Amino acid sequence: MPILVNGTEVEPPADPRVSLLDFLRERLELHGTKLGCNQGACGACTVLVDGSERILSCLALAVQYEGRAITTIEGLSGNGELHPLQAAFIECDGFQCGYCTPGQICSAIGMAAEIRRGVPSHVTADLAADSIALDHDELRERMSGNLCRCGAYNGIVEAIRETFASEGAAK
Amino acid sequence: MSPFTYARAADAADAIRRGGEAQTKYLGGGTNLVDLLRETLERPAALVDVTGLSNAIEERADGGLLIGAAVRNTALAEHRAVRTRYPALSRAIVAGASAQIRNMATVGGNLLQRTRCTYFYDDDGSRCNKRQPGQGCDAIDGFNRIHAILGASPACVATHPSDMCVALAAFDAVVHLRGAGGERTILLNDLHRLPGDRPDLETVLEPGELITAVELPALPFAARSTYRKVRDRASYAFALVSVAAALELDGGTVKDVRLALGGVAHKPWRAWKAEAALRGRPATVENFRAAAEAELVDARPLTHNAFKIELVRRTVAAVLGELMEDHP
Repeated sequence: MPILVNGTEVEPPADPRVSLLDFLRERLELHGTKLGCNQGACGACTVLVDGSERILSCLALAVQYEGRAITTIEGLSGNGELHPLQAAFIECDGFQCGYCTPGQICSAIGMAAEIRRGVPSHVTADLAADSIALDHDELRERMSGNLCRCGAYNGIVEAIRETFASEGAAK
Repeated sequence: MSPFTYARAADAADAIRRGGEAQTKYLGGGTNLVDLLRETLERPAALVDVTGLSNAIEERADGGLLIGAAVRNTALAEHRAVRTRYPALSRAIVAGASAQIRNMATVGGNLLQRTRCTYFYDDDGSRCNKRQPGQGCDAIDGFNRIHAILGASPACVATHPSDMCVALAAFDAVVHLRGAGGERTILLNDLHRLPGDRPDLETVLEPGELITAVELPALPFAARSTYRKVRDRASYAFALVSVAAALELDGGTVKDVRLALGGVAHKPWRAWKAEAALRGRPATVENFRAAAEAELVDARPLTHNAFKIELVRRTVAAVLGELMEDHP
């Protein structure tokens, strides 16, 4: 069964040891997804499954994602148009070296879906609440799986808030 | 990674048939196992992917829950019945790892994750009885501030890393197992072993036995429960000490209590002694602290982790105090 990567069907690797990250980068030459720690600690390799579920591609075996849709940073823009969050990262200086940026952006898109669904976080005060506002603390906690060694966090938070705060808090 | 074959289990029967073969490991979300494969600390000949098995969360008529082993951590934390009936479990899950990892990790896999003891991981440079029985332990006289203070042995001072399991331990969760010999259930509190002289044996599972579900018995006062995790940074770090607690008061008296500790032992540590010290006693901060003291009577600190003893006292008292304040 193929894996759907950014809308294109590709055959999974024959060797089950190939991580989803290596599959994307080395076999498909989609170099947007980054190799950071390769052990699940930094978030640089974050991609989206079935549209909005954020996962770490370094801890995933590619064969486990047969039949699933993977979206990488390359799949977020279309027809020359940036995704609104990509544009906001530029606008807000959400990066310096840019290495963590694809992971930050994919992660934030997944986070927005989690907020809309009412998934609680470590800082959510009322677990019984039907909706959760994407305030500063919620945003930082929910993005804590993505490290930025340049320390561009203020710009990252600003870009995500500009893009998603209205829909997160509007429920 | 060493070479291995990969197969998806069609159902539980298929999984245990494949899992009964030598050198076969079950694969859940992969968030721990893939890392261990890459480090060659695990070298299975075959992986059986069990993420296609039950991911249902079934609400029982009595208020309990039956949680399929393939339920993802996020799905469990966000389930309304968990958030309202067992809030400590939701809180424990979202205190663990990162959102990406919680989306991948399964309930069954969480139970079977391995210690993050740095000496266990350091295959090239350190001795470890868990990795290689009889080799010795470099943590005991090493940098051991993250290690165990309860139930450790001269062979191993590693801790169990799970947050979720600490809440499950407090709530008397029951683990459903299936193997070649049929089905059985055991208490989560009996699943993990203390290290003794065989720290390589971490659970009482038989070879090839599969976790199919985790059952939460009805516990009405678990609706008043919480989980607090103390760690070196505000997010995305393993626990130095954690506490899961539920408290039922009758006026100013402790009618019933559930208490479990994380970050202190080779297994999620149910604080039976502390619970016994509290039942029927006035709900006061002094008694909460005394209960923690009762649990810590056998605590044995290492060179760098004596701080955990005071941290347990304070965290237990603070968490029970918080639950008391919230009591109507």
